[in-house]
Amino acid sequence: MPSISQQPHKFDPPLEPDLTSGKYVKIWHGPQHPGITGNMSLELTICGDEVAHCKTHVGYLHRGFEKLMERRTFIQNFPVVCRIAVPEPAFNEYLYAAAIEEIAEIEVPELAQWLRVLNLELMRLASYLMWLGGSSGSFGMTTVYQWTVTHRDYILDLFEEMTGARIYHMYITPGGVRAKLPEGFKGRVLKVMQGVEKLLYEVEKVVFNNHVFKLRSQGLGIISKDMIDEYGIVGPNQRACGFERDLRKDQPYLVYDQLDFEVVTETESDAYTRAWVRYQEMHQSVSMIRQVLDKMPEGGSFHADLPNVLHWNVPAGETYVKAECTRGEYGYYMVTDGSEYLQRIHIRGPSYTHAVSVMEKLAVGINIADVAGLMVSLHTYPPEIER
Amino acid sequence: MPKMKLKDIISPFYVWQRSFEKPYTNNKPIDERPGAPSYRGFHVNDIEKCVGCGTCETICMNNAIDMVPVENLTAQVGDSGLRPRFDYGRCCWCALCVDICTTSSLRMSNEYAWVTDNPDDFRFTPGVDEKPWDDHPLGYRRDPDYSLLKLERPAMTMLSAEEGLNSFDEVVHGFTPEQAIVEASRCVECNICVATCPAHMNIPGYIKTIREQDFEQGLRLLYETNPFSSTCGRICTHRCEDDCVISHLGKPLAIRWLKRYITDQIPAEKYQQILQHKITENGKKVAIVGAGPGGLSAAYFLRLKGYQVSVYESAEKAGGMLRYGVPTYRLPDDALDKDIDYILSLGVSIHYQTTVGKEIDFQVLYDENDAVFFSTGLNVPSGLRIKGEDHPRVLSGLQVLCDVASQRDPGVGKKVAVIGGGNVAMDAARVCRRIGAEVTILYRRRIEDMPADPEEIEEAQAEKCKFVTQAIPGLIEKAKSLKQVVIQWGEAEMVADDNGGRPRPVLQEDKMHTDSYDCIISAIGQAGNYSFLPEDIKQQLVSQRGKFTVSNHQQTSNTKVFIGGDIANKTADAISAIADGQNAAIGIDEVLSLGMGTK
Ligand SMILES: Cc1cc2nc3c(=O)[nH]c(=O)nc-3n(C[C@H](O)[C@H](O)[C@H](O)COP(=O)(O)OP(=O)(O)OC[C@H]3O[C@@H](n4cnc5c(N)ncnc54)[C@H](O)[C@@H]3O)c2cc1C
Ligand code: SF4
Ligand code: SF4
Repeated sequence: MPSISQQPHKFDPPLEPDLTSGKYVKIWHGPQHPGITGNMSLELTICGDEVAHCKTHVGYLHRGFEKLMERRTFIQNFPVVCRIAVPEPAFNEYLYAAAIEEIAEIEVPELAQWLRVLNLELMRLASYLMWLGGSSGSFGMTTVYQWTVTHRDYILDLFEEMTGARIYHMYITPGGVRAKLPEGFKGRVLKVMQGVEKLLYEVEKVVFNNHVFKLRSQGLGIISKDMIDEYGIVGPNQRACGFERDLRKDQPYLVYDQLDFEVVTETESDAYTRAWVRYQEMHQSVSMIRQVLDKMPEGGSFHADLPNVLHWNVPAGETYVKAECTRGEYGYYMVTDGSEYLQRIHIRGPSYTHAVSVMEKLAVGINIADVAGLMVSLHTYPPEIER
Repeated sequence: MPKMKLKDIISPFYVWQRSFEKPYTNNKPIDERPGAPSYRGFHVNDIEKCVGCGTCETICMNNAIDMVPVENLTAQVGDSGLRPRFDYGRCCWCALCVDICTTSSLRMSNEYAWVTDNPDDFRFTPGVDEKPWDDHPLGYRRDPDYSLLKLERPAMTMLSAEEGLNSFDEVVHGFTPEQAIVEASRCVECNICVATCPAHMNIPGYIKTIREQDFEQGLRLLYETNPFSSTCGRICTHRCEDDCVISHLGKPLAIRWLKRYITDQIPAEKYQQILQHKITENGKKVAIVGAGPGGLSAAYFLRLKGYQVSVYESAEKAGGMLRYGVPTYRLPDDALDKDIDYILSLGVSIHYQTTVGKEIDFQVLYDENDAVFFSTGLNVPSGLRIKGEDHPRVLSGLQVLCDVASQRDPGVGKKVAVIGGGNVAMDAARVCRRIGAEVTILYRRRIEDMPADPEEIEEAQAEKCKFVTQAIPGLIEKAKSLKQVVIQWGEAEMVADDNGGRPRPVLQEDKMHTDSYDCIISAIGQAGNYSFLPEDIKQQLVSQRGKFTVSNHQQTSNTKVFIGGDIANKTADAISAIADGQNAAIGIDEVLSLGMGTK
């Protein structure tokens, strides 16, 4: 037990209970568990079926990206970064490119900026569809998972055409993008969007107007207002708590300032509300995608003129660039020294807090059957924790 | 706990609607789903187009590519003879290799599924090892509007044609520092040019020193193989550039100008301190006939090996055709002197105005030295072989150029015809333009058949030399004035060669013209003069089509006699003469220090 003089801060992780008391059992949730995102694991101490303590472990994924990138030339890193968030590689591609472009003062052609937004919003939608499936699955509605993954696959078909690959697109490269849109592509995007909208209509009926889902998710994992800044909570997790913060609106990058959209906010801040925020943002992405197709320039260059990438000395500099991914602010901090290699790169994905400190706090006191649902409601990708 | 609503109980039953829908999944293998037209599938390589430059290997961050020799494929000019082998245990299908391929030979198919029970199959050379997707539709190809390579050269500042005509000042100004770095960074370091360069200069190596701004190291690299770098940086025939892999999709690197850039950065007085050549005398003596690039290159390399070198030169100054042929607007004297002075500073002695065979006998050199190298060049103009060519107003291109180089008036008059289509013809024509003459160039074939460097032709055109092609000279006659000469020439028709050779010009007897000029300059070729050789040695030398036959190290069947330069090599340019000089030095050293014959 802590002594009086060591009064814990209100956000310190709860202390581990006394295992010798005989009241507790320790179990491992993950790293191989269908209800876990990525191959993380949770070390749970339970009392009956109530979680008394949760400790997170991400140590099954360490891949040392940041170090690896110091040993690759600038162009060679471009295919590396997408692997940092498997279901959502495009944001990493964009931020890596944006950091270099800022340091090297490269101006990205207008067409490329629109194509990037198209790519990023399609990505957001695909990622949310995957999440929606995972979330429904975790609350026992695996049928919905089949539906959303199908429509995600239709978006992957679009990626395949647009970028040459379904998952690791390697499309947004420093200086622009790698290709222009294929013939007739816009029409195919619109068709997929129609399908997604129909799906969302069904999902609303089946998931959000579902008494069982409400029973299980409303009131689960409530994030209080004072936690938001203390824990660095971002994205839908904070918007569901009433904070109107979205980098696309607050510090518009690319061509977001030319798109018409409102930041989605709600107030209940539980698992249900977070899901509902994401659900609305899916509609929002569909609308943005339509706007982009409508407004983007027909032609023009899609790639800035770069030096020969085999001898590319990016000037010495330092920058932090950020973008709003599905889970909130994603940041790249980059330091260059004028050589052909990065001096240092630090990548900060939102999962760092959401999956570790926030999860450890919110898990305490919930039913063990809701652990998976809680975890998914925070929408985390462990690879970006151990980069 | 949420309040129970009837709607929330009924609504989820909507799920049942879906039971009547058809499945979305593919029924593989009954239904195949091909990859998208730009899908990054398995690699394919057009093996005929690929030149084995290895740029794909350089860019791959997974080390998935190795350049390997391929059966039935041998290295040739501009092609390393190697081809990329892929390791699909490492590849991540990023297609950077496809994007950077210098020939666009490397592409991807849209096939994405492949099963084999032999793990070794995953290491393969596309285009060589047959694969099931070889005849699949293509997938990813680089979008032609984007390139990872830099295909264009920065524009080099030059004198305009008008400015050029008013002086003998150097036409080309050389790169600015910014241009040099941009140009140097276009190099992909494939080394294919190194094989092409007759002197095998370390081209990517010295280009790198420009990127790194380390010109002293650059100079050291240049002098490993070429003591005429300032000269070659201006007038080299740059065969390397013909084979630069960037030329497959863009403009080859300006290798020649980059070499010049390095030498221009370093003043002559710093050469010794930077190059730090230390010579240990070995007590052996070599005589060299001719102080052209061939002779002096041999002198340089022999001197570095410790030989005592004496050069015999009939002219007043060293440099051979580089001084008395190449005009100063292409190669200023001080650029040439910079090179020659450094060679002389190593302790090479030249006996000027000493013609071997006249002032001194070849036999004496032969007897008093351990070896003899000669590179006496081609200085006898070939005749036009038409009637009347001995007219006093018919001059040779070499003579005109030599007069101008020696600051003598060549006396060409105001209206000149130059006969020929090679570099000597272009130089003679452009020199005449600079001394105020109107120039007409008569050539038997078409412009595209001219052996002269295309740049030379363009510049001559810009300087308003008139080109009359498919013109065959027939007869030269006296004019009314002694200061003039009349030429009869006929138009020619190009006739396809039945044996597949290049088309031949055939005179059309009915289309003859008669023109009069102040002089006619003949520039259709030149030959060597070997009258200085004693009969017994001449007997030992073998020649073929006017060139001496020598070993790889320039040795003749007389083991003490070595020959190089224009009289031995087929290419007859400065860099070949320089390479011959170096090869001869290696050969002489092998014979004299190791006592062996040379290959
Ligand atoms: C007009 C012209 C333009 C050219 N332009 C280019 C160009 O742009 N780029 C390029 O690469 N090449 C060019 N060349 C070719 C280049 O100059 C020659 O390939 C090169 O100079 C050959 O070198 P060499 O040592 O074989 O002979 P040379 O340079 O001809 O030198 C031979 C030397 O031997 C001396 N000599 C000859 N006989 C005797 C003797 N019996 N005793 C003593 N000395 C003797 C001569 O006086 C001469 O100095 C050009 C040539 C000409 C004529
Ligand atoms: S880059 Fe292209 S041309 Fe060069 S070796 Fe590779 S496949 Fe061949
Ligand atoms: S596709 Fe990428 S990983 Fe594969 S061989 Fe080419 S460069 Fe290497």
